[in-house]
Amino acid sequence: MSTTSQELDKVTILFAGDSGDGIQLTGSQFSNTAALYGNDLSTFPDFPAEIRAPIGTVAGVSGFQINFGSTDIYTPGDDCDVLVVMNAAALKKNLVRLKPRGSVVLNVAGFDRRNLNLAGYGEDVNPLTDGTLDDLNVVQMDVTKLTRDCLKETDLSMKEKDRSKNMFVLGFVYWMYNRKLDATIHFIENKFIKYPNIAESNVKVLKAGYAFGETSETFSNRFEVRPAQMPAGNYRNIMGNQATAIGIISAGRQSGLDIFYGGYPITPASDILHELSKHKNFGVRTFQAEDEIAGICSAIGASFGGHLGVTASSGPGIALKTEAMGLAMMLELPLVIVNVQRGGPSTGLPTKTEQSDLLQAVYGRNGEAPIPVLAARTPSDCFFTVYEACRIAVEHMTPVFFMSDGYLANGAEPWRYPSADDLGPISPVFATPVEGEEFMPYRRDEKLVRDWPIPGTPGLEHRIGGLEKEDVSGNVSYDPDNHEHMVQTRQAKVDKIADSIPLQEIDNGLPAGKVLVIGWGSTFGAIKTAVKELIAEGYEVGHAHLRYIQPMPKNIGEIIGNYDKVLIPEMNNGQLIKLIREKFLVDAIPLNKIKGMPFAASEIKNKIAEIYGS
Amino acid sequence: MTTEKISTPLTANDFKTDQDVRWCPGCGDYSILKQVQSVMPDIGVEREDMVFISGIGCSSRFPYYMNTYGMHSIHGRATAVASGLKAVRPELSVWIITGDGDSLSIGGNHLIHLLRRNFDVNILLFNNEIYGLTKGQYSPTSELGKRTKSTPLGSVDHPFNPLALSMGADSTFVARSLDRDPIHLREILKAANNHKGTSLIEIYQNCNVFNDGAFSLFTDKKTKLENTMMLEEGAPLIFGENRDKGVKLDGYKPVLVDLNDPHVSENDLWIHNSKDRTLADILVRFFDDPNVEGNFPRPFGIFYQEDRFTYEEALNTQLQEHIESAGTGDLSELLKGGNTWTIT
Repeated sequence: MSTTSQELDKVTILFAGDSGDGIQLTGSQFSNTAALYGNDLSTFPDFPAEIRAPIGTVAGVSGFQINFGSTDIYTPGDDCDVLVVMNAAALKKNLVRLKPRGSVVLNVAGFDRRNLNLAGYGEDVNPLTDGTLDDLNVVQMDVTKLTRDCLKETDLSMKEKDRSKNMFVLGFVYWMYNRKLDATIHFIENKFIKYPNIAESNVKVLKAGYAFGETSETFSNRFEVRPAQMPAGNYRNIMGNQATAIGIISAGRQSGLDIFYGGYPITPASDILHELSKHKNFGVRTFQAEDEIAGICSAIGASFGGHLGVTASSGPGIALKTEAMGLAMMLELPLVIVNVQRGGPSTGLPTKTEQSDLLQAVYGRNGEAPIPVLAARTPSDCFFTVYEACRIAVEHMTPVFFMSDGYLANGAEPWRYPSADDLGPISPVFATPVEGEEFMPYRRDEKLVRDWPIPGTPGLEHRIGGLEKEDVSGNVSYDPDNHEHMVQTRQAKVDKIADSIPLQEIDNGLPAGKVLVIGWGSTFGAIKTAVKELIAEGYEVGHAHLRYIQPMPKNIGEIIGNYDKVLIPEMNNGQLIKLIREKFLVDAIPLNKIKGMPFAASEIKNKIAEIYGS
Repeated sequence: MTTEKISTPLTANDFKTDQDVRWCPGCGDYSILKQVQSVMPDIGVEREDMVFISGIGCSSRFPYYMNTYGMHSIHGRATAVASGLKAVRPELSVWIITGDGDSLSIGGNHLIHLLRRNFDVNILLFNNEIYGLTKGQYSPTSELGKRTKSTPLGSVDHPFNPLALSMGADSTFVARSLDRDPIHLREILKAANNHKGTSLIEIYQNCNVFNDGAFSLFTDKKTKLENTMMLEEGAPLIFGENRDKGVKLDGYKPVLVDLNDPHVSENDLWIHNSKDRTLADILVRFFDDPNVEGNFPRPFGIFYQEDRFTYEEALNTQLQEHIESAGTGDLSELLKGGNTWTIT
């Protein structure tokens, strides 16, 4: 049987298997190869919270979805074209995600009676034989046996041989999409540089998987997905947490400040600490503190000392840092607080994504304690947004919240990376002593920002603290009028940041029309895809995506006025919508999804269509 | 003011601020503040290079009264704030002012981690065995059975022994002093300043409003000589009004001896050696209820000191070594990462 080649605009593949099957590695390797080839892409890793959940069960299934194409890609895709499964549980969990007449590549060895039982298929039920997979394009391979056969000449143990199974599948999928193996071979050789026999066997299995595609007669189609027409420039692949770390380092360099990061490990924020700790030669000091509170308090201490203090966490850790955020706000010191949001409340869903900490960021402190809040929209946008958060922290002498989430943190996309010269300035203003004048630590400029006094400077000795302070002098004050004045001043200082941020743009669609979709954070891709498709179908819709949530750009009210209706999709129970309703008294319509999963573009599209004519 | 370093000798007055001191009249904090202000001119550090950081509690108002840099932070966290500051500014002289509630209750976690990391900072732990600022609840150092507003039937909490806790956390300088003994306190403050690494000084401080007389056995002329033992490096452990009582070691067991006994000689006594961890571990356990018959005297002085690398040295050395081995970070290379491609 001869193979034919078919050209496609875009393809969504979902790799799924046991959490010990190396699925994340397989997916990220495929992503890197696709990126290097020039496809646009978006990925969505989805894994259990347990490091090794019970083997073979649905709870233990790890997934990695990639959407890649020759056209613009904004999301990891709704349903998938190809489902690659290593065992029965992976099929059981993900079959609903496969498009009608889609393809399934499956490891038959993962469908023995034991695996079927573990997956929860009843006795005598076997999806391979009961018609479940009829109408689908199914490729069955005994990956386990093929891998072992391939390595039978080596002296590796059976366990070690079986660890290469994922490379067989990856090789096969590379064949399906006519991809080169170079990048992955290079990766394997580097990763196992100290274990050449392991490197060799993995490469061997990868090549065997590719060859299996060529020689077996199970699959008649290969697919061609050409490079995307992306703007000219230099590209790399990047994940959100990595972009966040690099953005922080860049801000340190451009502001002339060393970075101090105080943090405590927590999913899904830990990779920021890991990445930063590799770059000490940029003047980055990382401090793995004893707890979340010490993480932020040490960062406050570093900022008091003239460095840029940064801390990162996720919901439960952010809750612990709350009191210290109030202190930083009261002291008026620069501080960047990164919240990589995950499913809540309490411990919630540590490895799943959600946007349910927005009101915590905006309001979650005792007393009147306004803190600017910014949110990234895509993995690479984490770079620009955290850079901007650092700028505001330094130039406005305030703690700033930078909001990411699990989906951005672990998702990847091609990034047209900037050169260092493209980055805007960040200009700290340090206090200097004035001959014959007593230093006043809370004297402000026209932006209501105080200068930054650094210990070690003669003549600027001063005391600051969390108690209410007298205007200008900073001395402790219980005066009622002074307190009200200071509360208003600190609010006005945050409000004035709106003078230095760009006006909101319509990210997509028409500048006026029937429905405006307002989003924030990682819903960007799904909203953009939905709005683009509706515009093509003749709908009058627009999409404004907020990067600045507190304070908001000054023209949001004006934009809202240009549409008949406002829809606000969020991965929470309605949080931005409360801010928009309160601020603009508009009867915005919510669309909420709280499933630990990003929106499918179709869900947003359907909702827009539903409210469009009603 | 000029930006030149001040060269004229400073006096205690240079360390006073224009703020009214607001502790209750008669509070032991006044004496501690005075001793600190008296010692500061002698430690060879300029005012602008000193930072006092406190948490919350009566004692934590202290930084407002010191004409240096200072921060009155939040409850229990002075240790964490100071850690971050010292990590990035190793050249500053950092002093942590805290109380028994601040450091041993709400801030207990940060205290033990600061001690093990051995930042070169000085901790003045004002121990008054009561919560003063909240008007009289028992603290983690209050004695068992203490009746307070929150324990009308008596506390059922076993108290902390702060110095034993510090030894357990691998502290490198452990000392105890008293608000009522200015000379001793000044000596200990200087020794703490000279120690490179975390210095923990527990200072018995009388709260004359909510826990008056908590330490009177150790401070009253009539009783103190019988109930206290002043530690001197290389000297035998002797105490008592007539200096006729001593402590000797029977194996690892300390034994009280009467020097009037012809069978006992001064040569048999325990000689204080603050470099010996095993001895210090025993000595910090001299923590008997002074009202119990046959109790050991309460020791004051330096129990233990050890040279160990500081956290900030290790951190900054690692950073310098990374710069030497990898070169100063190149931002363009960082932005570029590993695998790139170009679209034209």
